[in-house]
Amino acid sequence: MSKDTIYPGQEHSFSDIDETGLGAVDAVPDDRPPASLFGEAWRQLRRRPIFWISAALILLSLLMALFPQLFTSADPRYCVLKHSLEAPGPGHPFGFDKQGCDIYARTIYGARASVSVGVLSMLLSVTIGVIMGSIAGYRGGWADSLLSRVTDIFFAIPFVLAAIVIMQIFKESRTIWTVVIVISLFGWPQIARICRSAVIEAKQEEYVTAARALGSGGWANMLRHILPNAAAPIIVYATVALGSYIVTEATLSFLGIGLPPTIVSWGADIASARSVLRQAPQVLFFPAGALAMTVLGFIMMGDVVRDALDPKARK
Amino acid sequence: MLQAETSSQAVGAQEAAEVQEQAQDHVQEQANGADLKPLLEVKDLEVAFQSSTGTVPAVRKANFSIYPGQTIAIVGESGSGKSTVAAAVIGLLPGTGKVTGGQILFDGKDITHCTRKEYEDLRGSKIGLVPQDPMSNLNPVWSIGFQVREALVANNIAKGSEAHKLAIQMLEHAGLPDAERRSKQYPHEFSGGMRQRALIGIGLACHPKLLIADEPTSALDVTVQKRILDHLENLTSELGTAVMFITHDLGLAAERASYLVVMHRGRVVESGPSLEILQNPRHPYTKRLVQAAPSLSSQRLSAGVEAAQSAHEVSDSSSEQSDSDEVLRAENLVKVFDIRGAKGEKQELRAVDDVSFSIRRGTTLAIVGESGSGKSTVANILLGLLKATSGEVYYEGVPSSTLSAADMFKLRRKMQPVFQNPYGSLDPMMSIYRCIEEPLRIHKIGTREEREKRVAELLDLVSLPRSAMRRYPGELSGGQRQRVAIARALALNPEIVVLDEAVSALDVLVQAQILQLLTDLQAELNLSYLFITHDLAVVRQSADEVIVMRDGKMVESGSCEDLFANPQEDYTRDLIAAIPGGSIPLWSGN
Repeated sequence: MSKDTIYPGQEHSFSDIDETGLGAVDAVPDDRPPASLFGEAWRQLRRRPIFWISAALILLSLLMALFPQLFTSADPRYCVLKHSLEAPGPGHPFGFDKQGCDIYARTIYGARASVSVGVLSMLLSVTIGVIMGSIAGYRGGWADSLLSRVTDIFFAIPFVLAAIVIMQIFKESRTIWTVVIVISLFGWPQIARICRSAVIEAKQEEYVTAARALGSGGWANMLRHILPNAAAPIIVYATVALGSYIVTEATLSFLGIGLPPTIVSWGADIASARSVLRQAPQVLFFPAGALAMTVLGFIMMGDVVRDALDPKARK
Repeated sequence: MLQAETSSQAVGAQEAAEVQEQAQDHVQEQANGADLKPLLEVKDLEVAFQSSTGTVPAVRKANFSIYPGQTIAIVGESGSGKSTVAAAVIGLLPGTGKVTGGQILFDGKDITHCTRKEYEDLRGSKIGLVPQDPMSNLNPVWSIGFQVREALVANNIAKGSEAHKLAIQMLEHAGLPDAERRSKQYPHEFSGGMRQRALIGIGLACHPKLLIADEPTSALDVTVQKRILDHLENLTSELGTAVMFITHDLGLAAERASYLVVMHRGRVVESGPSLEILQNPRHPYTKRLVQAAPSLSSQRLSAGVEAAQSAHEVSDSSSEQSDSDEVLRAENLVKVFDIRGAKGEKQELRAVDDVSFSIRRGTTLAIVGESGSGKSTVANILLGLLKATSGEVYYEGVPSSTLSAADMFKLRRKMQPVFQNPYGSLDPMMSIYRCIEEPLRIHKIGTREEREKRVAELLDLVSLPRSAMRRYPGELSGGQRQRVAIARALALNPEIVVLDEAVSALDVLVQAQILQLLTDLQAELNLSYLFITHDLAVVRQSADEVIVMRDGKMVESGSCEDLFANPQEDYTRDLIAAIPGGSIPLWSGN
């Protein structure tokens, strides 16, 4: 079959000129706000009802933690035994626990311990994790091998079990900080791993090479180019982790080895409600419900933030 | 400032005479086949994608046909809808895509709205597909032989040991040496070219009547591309298979296909016999495409800004007086990498082996080579990103190895890179303003206001609106990003710009625009360029001196014109011959 044969319907033909030129296609967008990663993420978050629900839950628990007086004038530590297990009444919407303390006041004041342990442990483990992960990822070589093995060792230790053992040591001198340190001690390896892989991915990008060719030094590059680009997965994990750290604190307090008994906490209240579960289930219900709502708030927030920050979901 | 339109001057006028001559030699026969029926007929095809903001048309009223045994090509830039047409024909439209109008007739039968089962019968046995990217289209966990057998078994051609034998035969046909042994290997043991051969084997395994080849060789080196396409041509003419090429490369399309369909933004803007289209394009878009297509017949681009040339005449004339005004000289560069051999033993890879050259002020030196030739390693050594194992780089006569860290930092101001990937070379977290400002800030130049003024100037220089400052890289097109990368490279008033495949990832029209911009800037600012590329046609348009590299060694060097007119080495000749459509004279503009 000759290459020069022209078949019917394949004669030279051309269309009329299109209504819009190429210039219109390759124009720089001018009509919308600049689309930075976080700006776009915010625009997307705004449209999600789940974001607003979880934000409201988080805001509520933060308010409870910071200003419990806004919600109740009762003192959670003022207990009158004659009120023991009394049903809800005027001024005491949730009733009383076994010791005769106001459950509503205890639930409100319990937020402070949970939220502060959650936030502080998150900050501490993100700090340790990001430092370890970014050194391992950026340096590579023996530094990476060493730090990754240390991370692996911490991974291999069962979290709650190890926490129980260590908290046992501080039996007499427990404060919020001991709980925070113990949780962070076993929480950072996850973040270190996520950070390491994100850093390794970002450091191979051409914009990092371009910055090096400009004469920009190693750690300056790290702070300016690599970490901001590695931040998204860390932010997502940290939000979810905050929720799970609050659960861990409650677990430890429930077991009686978390916060000292002088601090009002949901975990301790749940533990003491166990013995009266049959007679007065509301004693368990309120602190447990508050804990669940707070944790749910953070975990849902982590979920929507991940959807908003995931570049694959966006384009 | 950007004179994209002036690129018409680029294509030499002297070629026009040759075009005429060729056109007369080329006798067109009118087929008398009234009984001939097209194998595939696409009538007023419309495809649209559903998105959150409504329907987006991807193909608008496309018409074309393919006759049995004929090779046609659909040409267009990215986003022109060419791949969507192919996907519609084979019923593999992604996700939200839907045929919203028109007809696709295959062998006289309407296949526009086939059921899934009907499509499955059609695919493989009647219509074969060679996908675009050989690196990701073979399943890494199965052997090559298994994947060819899969095609045979799925279409009920053969089973068991018979299928095994047929698969080996197919691979042999596809030009894979030692097919018996090779069929037991896994994709990662194959080179890109061999994988593409395996994919061609799979595509042709069931002797389809139509083979759709979607950018089958765009990821491969030119010499490999030529061999594969030659082989594909032989195979399909032997089997009588019709081929539908999807490509962005006008030269390749014209060389391989007898009928061309040019698509632009979802519409077929021009169609007809390939030579006719190349030599007598009628639609303005096709005209621009043909003009922009770099080919061997094109000449060195000249700066479109004549005023700028005269403004720099003073400095130019002074630099031309001394012919040896070299900005940069590399002497006997060697770079050895330690790698692991097949059995884990230590091996040495001489990535760069005794390479020497010099760049004169205000000129362009091109380093040409295929992947693995060591050309990018040379660029990284020059930029100080890699240390040479031996050899020396002299910058204005000063050996760079004797420089202190502080001097090296100063030197970096004078030497700036532009990288290949417009999507990777800008930090997505930074606004365009911060991207371009970064070099100024690192080198502590100017106050905040001065830097802001400089960024605005640079944006003017690369013909981007000043409002682009507030944008983020993700909002710009590939060509625009590359212009930002060039602006960033120019921020420090460098003397040398290292362009590492800086235009390779761009569509041909944008590529022509950027090349013109670079040429204008060179004339205006008396820049020296080191151009690293695999594309000889681009070299012809933009380089003064050329070095050809292969396996780390310099194969040939010389002035651009000499090298193209009179290549001394076989390898250079191969490279030049492998440029698709290199020998086809093009329409050169009126």
